[in-house]
Amino acid sequence: MTVATLIPVAYLIAAVTFILGLKGLSSPTTAVLGNRIAATGMLVAVIATFFAADVQGGIPVILAGIAVGGIAGFVGARVVKMTAMPQMVALFNGAGGGAAALVAILEFSRQIDAGALEFGATLATLLALIIGGVSFSGSAVAFGKLQGIITPKAFRYSGQQLVTGGIAAATALLSLVLLAGAVAGSVPVEPMLLIAVITLLALAFGVALVMPIGGADMPVVISLLNAYTGLAVAMAGFTLNNQLLIVAGTLVGASGTILTRLMSKAMNRSLGNVLFGAFGAAPAGGGAAATAGDDGRSIRSISAEDAAILLGYAQNVIVVPGYGLAVAQAQHNVRELADLLESKGITVRYAIHPVAGRMPGHMNVLLAEANIPYDKLFDMEQINPEFPRADVALVIGANDVTNPAARSNPGSPIYGMPILDVDKAQNIIVIKRSMKPGFAGIDNDLYLDPKTAMLFGDAKEAVGKVVQELKRAA
Amino acid sequence: MSNESIVAVYVFVLAVFVGFEVISKVPSTLHTPLMSGANAIHGIVIVGAMLVASAIPGPIGTVLGFLAVVLGTANVVGGFVVTDRMLAMFKQRPTRKPQ
Repeated sequence: MTVATLIPVAYLIAAVTFILGLKGLSSPTTAVLGNRIAATGMLVAVIATFFAADVQGGIPVILAGIAVGGIAGFVGARVVKMTAMPQMVALFNGAGGGAAALVAILEFSRQIDAGALEFGATLATLLALIIGGVSFSGSAVAFGKLQGIITPKAFRYSGQQLVTGGIAAATALLSLVLLAGAVAGSVPVEPMLLIAVITLLALAFGVALVMPIGGADMPVVISLLNAYTGLAVAMAGFTLNNQLLIVAGTLVGASGTILTRLMSKAMNRSLGNVLFGAFGAAPAGGGAAATAGDDGRSIRSISAEDAAILLGYAQNVIVVPGYGLAVAQAQHNVRELADLLESKGITVRYAIHPVAGRMPGHMNVLLAEANIPYDKLFDMEQINPEFPRADVALVIGANDVTNPAARSNPGSPIYGMPILDVDKAQNIIVIKRSMKPGFAGIDNDLYLDPKTAMLFGDAKEAVGKVVQELKRAA
Repeated sequence: MSNESIVAVYVFVLAVFVGFEVISKVPSTLHTPLMSGANAIHGIVIVGAMLVASAIPGPIGTVLGFLAVVLGTANVVGGFVVTDRMLAMFKQRPTRKPQ
């Protein structure tokens, strides 16, 4: 028995570690271990692959590639701030999609050099190429939008659906030409040229798919693209007849699909609506005019001192953290504020909307970073009945997830999205930098509520000032 | 269809079911680390990249092979390290679930 015959055994071990890893990631107690088990399995698979016959000619190239990619991935993952985590995941996901597409191109080239394209292999390779390409360019756009390089607003123009549909149709048509050529035994045009055009079309389709989607929907998009990459990797597995790629890619495809569905559900919208709906587009003129100021209601602003007094006399405070808190890195100041209030015997709880931050669970990660105990974080369903009993709801950098228009205004783009019932609290303090609308690009009726007081300022500074005032009063 | 590809389809279909079963019971607090961990696992494409890195002789083939390995490695290493960092923040917490 040679070393090479042990490769499938190593691959089987790796496949098992991936399943155990995903299972481990399902529980807080085993998550760290699960991730490390999967990483170990990955290392086993990579080492085993070095003994494969196909690899022997390219060892220097592979080692150089691993060095460059490894350093880039490690440094990127170490230096990224916790708030920038979503776009980092998008970036790594895009890298995986790009790798799958490149594997497909190289495999096509090999098949053509070997003589003939075979139908099954051509189909799988085409799917790996197209799905991987869409995931690569789509993730790049998602990264750009979250990083603020590209406008996070939905990018729309007239005839957009026609253009997107046209790209999809052209991709499908050229793919059919290639498949028909594989069946007939000869492709009418130079096959590599055809493949190059299909690649460009797939990249264009990824851009066209993500550009019209607004920033608020990016979590769903990243999750969807994650599933896409998994599927592309599985298809590359079919092409290479590599069971490990099929198992691992499919596992991710399945998990990404579930996660995407959960997220869409949290926003009370179907996936189709996220991808093709009008969410994030500029609201119609009538809708915009109806939201602000036309009924004589105005915004009430409050000083840090008054906010401290209001909080100091409360018995029951619910903190509603949002992305603004994360951006300002205010989680440690919030912890300090909560400790101070608790030392006065005030109950402090946190209301976590399923899509608070920019990914499900993102806010939990950020608050955990500031050592805020798990048992004070409450899901939307648990905390919503508590709002009417709360003396103060302290909204820090959260916007769309508190907008009562989601309940009351059928014309609003976020109508039907489950929200935190902040408006039912006795008093509401909103810490916000300015009156700028949130990620969905719409105004928030909550700010016009007579119970609402606005404390303008950077979340970190504003919370810090309230803490100082509370200390002075004590 | 060859016997080999039938086996591959079997593996694919069974893996779909395993994928759904394994992760359908995740608390929402762990959704972000899960997405990141799953993201690292599809970095297994690095094995595919290694297998085709020297498939095409000549500079173009080498450059494409090199790029595929770079992207695959970045996916694997970045994915696992980022997930580990996220999870490190949960570590000293009491593990009681907010139910």
